[in-house]
Amino acid sequence: MPTFVHTDKCDGCKGGQVTACMYICPNDLMKLDTTRMKAFNQEPDQCWECQCCVKACPQQAIEVRAYQDFVPMGGAVIPMRTDSAIMWTIKFRDGEVKRFKFPVRTTPVGSIDPYTGKPGAGDLDSPLFFTEAGKTLPTI
Amino acid sequence: MSEYTFGNPQIIEIDTDILLIGGGMAACGAAYEAKRWVGNDVKITLVDKAALDRSGAVAMGLSAINTYLGPDRDPQDYCRMVSADLMGITRDDLVYDVGRHVDDSVHLFEEWGLPVWKDKGSEGVALKDGGKPVRSGKWQIMINGEGYKTIVAEAAKKALGIENIIERCFIVKLLLDQNEPNRIAGAVGFSVREHKLYVFRANAILDCCGGAVNLFRPRSTGEGNGRTWYPVWNAGSTYAMAAEVGAELTMMENRFVPARFKDGYGPVGAWFLLFKSQAVNAFGENYVVKNANMLADFAPYDKATVVPTCLRNHAMLKEMKEGRGPIFMDTPTAMKKLAEKMTPQEIKHLEAEAWEDFLDMCIGQAGVWAGMNIRPEQNMSELMPTEPYLLGSHSGCCGIWVSGPEDLNSPAEWKWGYNRMTTVNGLFTAGDGVGASGHKFSSGSHAEGRIAGKAMVKFVRDHKGFKPALKGDIKAITEEIYKPVRTYIEHKDKTTAEDVNPHYILPRYLQQRLQKLMDEYVAGTSTYYTTNKVMLETGLHLLTMLKEDSHKMRAKDLHELMRAWENYHRIVAAEAHLRHILYREETRYPGFFYRADFPKLDDAEWKVFVNSRIDPATGEWHMRKVQHVDMVTKRYEGQGH
Repeated sequence: MPTFVHTDKCDGCKGGQVTACMYICPNDLMKLDTTRMKAFNQEPDQCWECQCCVKACPQQAIEVRAYQDFVPMGGAVIPMRTDSAIMWTIKFRDGEVKRFKFPVRTTPVGSIDPYTGKPGAGDLDSPLFFTEAGKTLPTI
Repeated sequence: MSEYTFGNPQIIEIDTDILLIGGGMAACGAAYEAKRWVGNDVKITLVDKAALDRSGAVAMGLSAINTYLGPDRDPQDYCRMVSADLMGITRDDLVYDVGRHVDDSVHLFEEWGLPVWKDKGSEGVALKDGGKPVRSGKWQIMINGEGYKTIVAEAAKKALGIENIIERCFIVKLLLDQNEPNRIAGAVGFSVREHKLYVFRANAILDCCGGAVNLFRPRSTGEGNGRTWYPVWNAGSTYAMAAEVGAELTMMENRFVPARFKDGYGPVGAWFLLFKSQAVNAFGENYVVKNANMLADFAPYDKATVVPTCLRNHAMLKEMKEGRGPIFMDTPTAMKKLAEKMTPQEIKHLEAEAWEDFLDMCIGQAGVWAGMNIRPEQNMSELMPTEPYLLGSHSGCCGIWVSGPEDLNSPAEWKWGYNRMTTVNGLFTAGDGVGASGHKFSSGSHAEGRIAGKAMVKFVRDHKGFKPALKGDIKAITEEIYKPVRTYIEHKDKTTAEDVNPHYILPRYLQQRLQKLMDEYVAGTSTYYTTNKVMLETGLHLLTMLKEDSHKMRAKDLHELMRAWENYHRIVAAEAHLRHILYREETRYPGFFYRADFPKLDDAEWKVFVNSRIDPATGEWHMRKVQHVDMVTKRYEGQGH
């Protein structure tokens, strides 16, 4: 299910050198055509269809089209993600549409405070994590 | 504009104390733990081939955390489960260590914002405060995990400081010290975005870049090549880089062949465990029950409470070979049974849960169902065993031989001072990198990264005076990394079509050659995972020529340079896999692979670890058996583990 980019929606992230999709793709697939200022998938058969770029695109310009070597045409799976939830639209080949919404996070993005209120460094030679301070680990 | 161009990269040298190579769960765990144990005088640097928010195996998300013990489960039972699934040969010290630490990481995930499903009456109560998770199996808990990796990455970034993280930098080689034998000293790689080559000098290094995918010809024939079950970007770098500096590998013969929904490779765990679905052959027969007698050849492991994954594959393959395919997951019957006791609203919720299982971690499978008009309450779905994968964190246990925890009563030769340190001083690993201890999954990999992270801080404290001096001529090493670019520039204009040129091979075609030979000779799908000594030796002959030709790869841009080095790593990982299968003269993992010349399990001769090592001076492989010891008494019947 490689990604494709709608020509009319992609704005090349307004002339930035690295588009949102380029930034996020775990497999370095999305690329900016600097002549047209449009992004594209440079290696569609290496696409894991993780949809990380689809979720990150500020223009909702990216979709996936199912792998043509085994999926009949006509279906689609489209996410709309906010910082707290994701809405999925599933279109079947026969036209039925299903929608599902799931939470993705219970805290505000950027709110993680990794160490405040946690124990400090204790005994470096013990097998305990710093967060396990005072605990007795079981052994065999 | 930069003065540096394609073909003329800038060389950037960075000195650090602790270098973390990788960006997945293990690396994020290491960053979080290690940073807390150091003062400002110790520098920690993380280098990721991708972007930390969405890198590693959890990039897409997950619908479950597969390792969470909770207050009422014993890490010893966890050792029993892992051992049984991996046919008896695992390191109890490493598995136990993950089992006793893993919950702490899961509690952090929930605190940071990961939604964890709770049983009725326990809603809103955190796991650490006694909240009861919805369990899909004895060890698994359900989550809304689409954002799992972004949450874990945020904590790691905040802990380490963004200034200590380099993204889009692909490390391709580890470097030894020139003064001290068998001592790690640095690593080299390149940016896939800028014309920069990186040279790192470090006191301790964590090598955790995931497992190995796409070593074998995939079942897909075209566009679908990217729809691998494990992440397509896991190129075996962890194993290859460690092996090339002489780190001892273990159990590299082990592999994982997941039986998943056909083509999309969507997860089946929730269907089996949560929805109580059955897998059946074309005639509706439960093939695991039907073939129980055949599985008895692999006693006592066939009697495990949960039949080992490879044995379930073994039973499935018998049906397929004898013409009783396709294999189906009978989802309509399962949903009908569940719905009998449910209100319409609960049924709707159940349907959403079934789809979420895909949408959280394997969106492509939802696409397959949508494209094929498959509705689980109406239509059964085909199952298929995939092409083989190498990994150490899921239901597989290949990897690197490491030192275990000091405080457990393990054999003396299993511990040499620093937890999760390889046999190369200062080189550590975690997650998919640690061999002989599978079933860590996401949470266990994070916890194991933390174990390694802390041990690395201790190592750096104990080796404060070490001044890394890189072995070899750095200029020559960086030139070697850049060679595919030089090759391209030198030869590209000699033919009228740059992809067909006798002077070089495209990384893509090199990968296809590797996949074809691994498939045909090293027990891929086309032989129903079957091989023998002569096939393996023939495969090794072809692999040796492929390795020679890898020096003629071209790279027309930085993206293709990344592919070139990924495929070099794949070749080294594939060679380890092949040599280990050749060495182990038995069939230990039927359903994953078969030695047709040694078709039986042979516990008397082969209930041992198989370890291998490349001599970095000569490039020669050395194989050895290492005695296996059960630290936890194993039981196979009726123990519910």
